[in-house]
Amino acid sequence: MEKLQSSFKNMVLSLVIIAVVAAGALAGVYLLTLETINNQKAAKQQAAILAVLPEGVEIGEAEEVNGLTVYKAYMDGEFAGAAVETQADGFGGPQKIMVGFDAEGKIINYEVLEHQETPGLGDHIVEWFKNADKPGQNIIGRQADGAFSVSKDGGDVDAITAATISSRAFLNAINKAFVAFKNGEVEAATGASQLHHQEAEAVEPEVEKQPQVAEEEPQVVEEEAQETQKPQVVRRARKQPKEVQEPKAEEPQEPKVNELVETEADYE
Amino acid sequence: MNNALKTFTNGLLKENPTFVLVLGMCPTLATTTSAINGMSMGLATLFVLVCSNVVISLLKNLIPDKVRIPAFIVVIATFVTLVQLLMQAYLPAIYDVLGLFIPLIVVNCIVLGRAEAFAAKNSVGLSALDGLGMGLGFTLALTILGALRELLGTGACFGLHLFPDNYGALIFVLAPGAFIALAYLMAIINKAQKK
Amino acid sequence: MVYFLIFISAIFVNNIVLSQFLGICPFLGVSKKIDTAMGMSAAVIFVLTLATVVTYLLQMLLVAWGLEFLQTILFILIIAALVQMIEIMLKKVSPALYQALGVFLPLITTNCCILGVAILVANGTEKLPMGAEHGMLTGTLFAFATALGFGLALILFAGLREQLALNKVPRAMQGTPIALLTAGLLAMAFMGFSGVV
Repeated sequence: MEKLQSSFKNMVLSLVIIAVVAAGALAGVYLLTLETINNQKAAKQQAAILAVLPEGVEIGEAEEVNGLTVYKAYMDGEFAGAAVETQADGFGGPQKIMVGFDAEGKIINYEVLEHQETPGLGDHIVEWFKNADKPGQNIIGRQADGAFSVSKDGGDVDAITAATISSRAFLNAINKAFVAFKNGEVEAATGASQLHHQEAEAVEPEVEKQPQVAEEEPQVVEEEAQETQKPQVVRRARKQPKEVQEPKAEEPQEPKVNELVETEADYE
Repeated sequence: MNNALKTFTNGLLKENPTFVLVLGMCPTLATTTSAINGMSMGLATLFVLVCSNVVISLLKNLIPDKVRIPAFIVVIATFVTLVQLLMQAYLPAIYDVLGLFIPLIVVNCIVLGRAEAFAAKNSVGLSALDGLGMGLGFTLALTILGALRELLGTGACFGLHLFPDNYGALIFVLAPGAFIALAYLMAIINKAQKK
Repeated sequence: MVYFLIFISAIFVNNIVLSQFLGICPFLGVSKKIDTAMGMSAAVIFVLTLATVVTYLLQMLLVAWGLEFLQTILFILIIAALVQMIEIMLKKVSPALYQALGVFLPLITTNCCILGVAILVANGTEKLPMGAEHGMLTGTLFAFATALGFGLALILFAGLREQLALNKVPRAMQGTPIALLTAGLLAMAFMGFSGVV
């Protein structure tokens, strides 16, 4: 076959055809893999929740507390603890952790969902804090008080060797999770608000919890909601109040909410 | 037949993309923190390389010369996105590790380089072989570098602990170690070739 | 203050070349002379900042239309087109600048730090110091700072290589190996910044 000449018509035509075919093929593969990708994510999430809670519990609806997702667990109808998906800024990027508390707030287990810590150093967070042989660094089974901190900062948890920043971020995430766990529990006890998280954006549930500001403009509400939280959070966390007070409730949370809905539909 | 064999081994040894041509350095250095990571990156590139070589070789007469580069880029980017979607669906753990470097296969000089230098001029079969050879050469280089860094850095190889824990010069897993390990590997290969 | 930290973080702590491994090809390729290194750096600063803004806006459209899977393909085309446009415009508007940058512009399309940073910023996964939120402004600043970091690494490296060219190097180490080794030492020096921000 002759090679096509570089006339304007040929150039445009060939490029358009290639682009359309490429886009079409990709759209097809995208649709084919979409379900699998979502299932993978949901399965990972579900596995992490189950891994950090005692066996045989029933998991309730996902709730948004302080911008974190809380999954309450019930054993024979009794409140048996909760799994909290939490995050903090580590050394290499955000760390996402699923941590499970029992009804009293003792840490049952944790799973690192995502992290970008340095291989060989910071990535030890995955198992460092659940080493039962080393009580200095183990947090499993300990009563959480929202104020874990590394020994370097005056706390009583041994940081990972040469990865203090990663360890600090990890404990910070656990502390945030505990605050959310406590707040969620209080809410449930008073029956204050059952959150309608299905369509809601991650920040909106907070607005619902703050009736005094609920009538103002959305942006203002968001700021106010954060501000009104400050005193509570600061009171609970001695260390690094600056990081704790940011609920980080913006966009990254939103897609998750939708996945969770599916997860639960599958589960029940 | 001889020609085909030559095309295939060319990329594997004589014109090894990493050690000889020094192309595609970004993924080479960034993803070789362990042997398995290096190998996965190599295989992902191999897939894109073979597919894009075949398609470009098929289309070579339909693409006018003046727009060949954008056309090649579209073809390559399509396969890269394909790999991205498939990995997300079926190998999520590896996808999480390699992350950004999967879409960046698009700008890997090897892929566009082979499309331009080989696939645009040769038959489909030879182009596929060339892609396979180059891709395997790249995979081989990444696996060797990954294994070396993993061994020096953590005392393990393919996740198998050969030395006791905490035995290793961590620097080799970190950024500087990537440069240094590759530098010495290349020097050793240079030395071996000159003999 | 946060904006200042973005600069420190992107230039020193998370230097794009020496700790993120993006843009290694031009880093090794055009670092034999300080002059060319400076030209390349200027071109990268220009293109990277502009490309990040454009792709960020494009990503908003893609998300709105549910076409995120076209990200890679469209981004690389946009970058290629942008580079072409800049080249044509520079030729007309400022021939002097074109003389200085012209040679480097076509090389930039395949510089993976452009596409890499564009994807990072568009997905909101770029490394920002604590307290900074991902958005258009921080993304653009991040891109600009990253490009400065690229320039810094490139020019430092070019200076080292100019000196290196005058020294005797063992046969097997000549060329790329010694350059990589130098880069490794430079990366080690930059590791000293880690943890600052």
